[in-house]
Amino acid sequence: MENNKSYFGEIGAAIKTLATGMKVTLIEYFTPKITEQYPENRKTTLHVAQRHRGRLVFKRNEDESHNCVACTMCEKACPNDTIKITAHMEEDPETGRKKKKLDDYQYDLGDCMFCQLCVNACNFDAIEFTNDFENSVFDRTKLVCHLDKEVYKGGSLPNILDGGAPLTIGKFNTKTK
Amino acid sequence: MFDFSIVTKWFDALLSQTLGLPSFWTILIECVLIGLLVLTAYALICIVLIFMERKVCAYFQCRVGPMRVGPWGIFQVFADVLKMLIKEIFTVDKSDKLLYAIAPFLVMIASVGTFSFLPWNKGMHILDFNVGIFLVTAISSIGVLGVFLAGWGSNNKYSVVSAMRAAVQMISYEVSLGLCLICAVILTGTMQMSGIIEAQTGPWKWLVIQGHIPAIIAFVVFLIAGNAEANRGPFDLGEAESELTAGYHTEYSGMGFGYYYLAEYLNLFVISGLASAVFLGGWAPLNVGITGFDNLMNIIPGFVWFFGKTFMLVWILMWVRWTFPRLRIDNLLKLEWKYLMPLMLIVLVLTTCCVAFGLTF
Repeated sequence: MENNKSYFGEIGAAIKTLATGMKVTLIEYFTPKITEQYPENRKTTLHVAQRHRGRLVFKRNEDESHNCVACTMCEKACPNDTIKITAHMEEDPETGRKKKKLDDYQYDLGDCMFCQLCVNACNFDAIEFTNDFENSVFDRTKLVCHLDKEVYKGGSLPNILDGGAPLTIGKFNTKTK
Repeated sequence: MFDFSIVTKWFDALLSQTLGLPSFWTILIECVLIGLLVLTAYALICIVLIFMERKVCAYFQCRVGPMRVGPWGIFQVFADVLKMLIKEIFTVDKSDKLLYAIAPFLVMIASVGTFSFLPWNKGMHILDFNVGIFLVTAISSIGVLGVFLAGWGSNNKYSVVSAMRAAVQMISYEVSLGLCLICAVILTGTMQMSGIIEAQTGPWKWLVIQGHIPAIIAFVVFLIAGNAEANRGPFDLGEAESELTAGYHTEYSGMGFGYYYLAEYLNLFVISGLASAVFLGGWAPLNVGITGFDNLMNIIPGFVWFFGKTFMLVWILMWVRWTFPRLRIDNLLKLEWKYLMPLMLIVLVLTTCCVAFGLTF
């Protein structure tokens, strides 16, 4: 009679699990959809999560100076050798102390895996990731950036630096303007 | 209730009496016209169903589906059909040429044949034999042949495995599908499609209500078996794209594949249509026995009722399809032979008892 029990017991369990599955998908059916109509709304309602890591940039102070002291902590932290820092020692004329001076901060976007270990390693709050994700170019050499030379003010999507437009759910806005 | 037979009778009289054509030409013209209408309706409904499938599937997966071609993506399927039509049809070198060529047509014959049995409106039955339901099951089994020949003729091991699976599955589930229909035949006392619908007109006469418990069980089993019969849903072992690329139509291109694609969706529609005709009253409006309400419901034309019910069932079948994972072949056969078929045999006895002792509404 053990078989009987499993035969009829299975029916009840099966119906119960099937009903659970149906309930889950039915709720999903009526949930407002978060799909972004990307190329259409890239200048208007496009929202990107603020924590999204698009590419590495230097944080700039108000006078457009940066905080990098060429300590190479980020270079050492990087698993992919994405960052290459060249620097030289320079004597400060006022104090007479020797100080490291940044020559070039080379960041290869093509090698980067966006792990944020460099940002975590930085002791001077000099680098950060922006939300700008339109990084594709036709030539790999264009992906090699020199962060100290450029003053990043937004790439192809200037308003996407801070997450872009506020998050809207359930509105399928395909308007380009 | 609008009776469509007025139109058909008028047209028949126009040809035979007003124009004075002999009966051979009258019948020929009528047959050709109806054939054209059926095929047009077939194609149009298929386009609607494919669009609906894409949107419903998207919504169940928290997406929005096609949005680019036309407003809300409504021209997406037209673009797909156009692409399918202009694609090159190439044949496989070592295939069994004859079987490979005729297999899509067998599938189409089965699905157009069963499609013609659907009761669209009062007086609007294309095929209305006195053995209607019986013939539907007979014609639908030609589809198994098409699937099997396609798999065998393609000379491809994926196709053969898939064809074996699909054939086993479709033949097995035909048993409980037939038993469900027999339940309906017992309740209504006729096999003719128009008679089955006629028996369901009137207050609380839809078969699921009229036949209460046994009819409801038969209805649910019909939907499950029908889903398996149409090779869809959790029972799409024939396609099983992750294991068998595309299954029995792997080696088909262009419209050869298009026929299978059309037939798959039309089988879904036919199954829903049959379920709505046999168990939900087809074009019969919802009547509750209150004169005002009934009159209001009777104003709504029959084909609206039929399409409403059918598309509701289509939606339910899509819901099932996009919810459950695919079954393994042994579980699939276990479900049929160990659960559904014994259940349906019991329900058959129960229905007979209900009818014999007058326990129906």
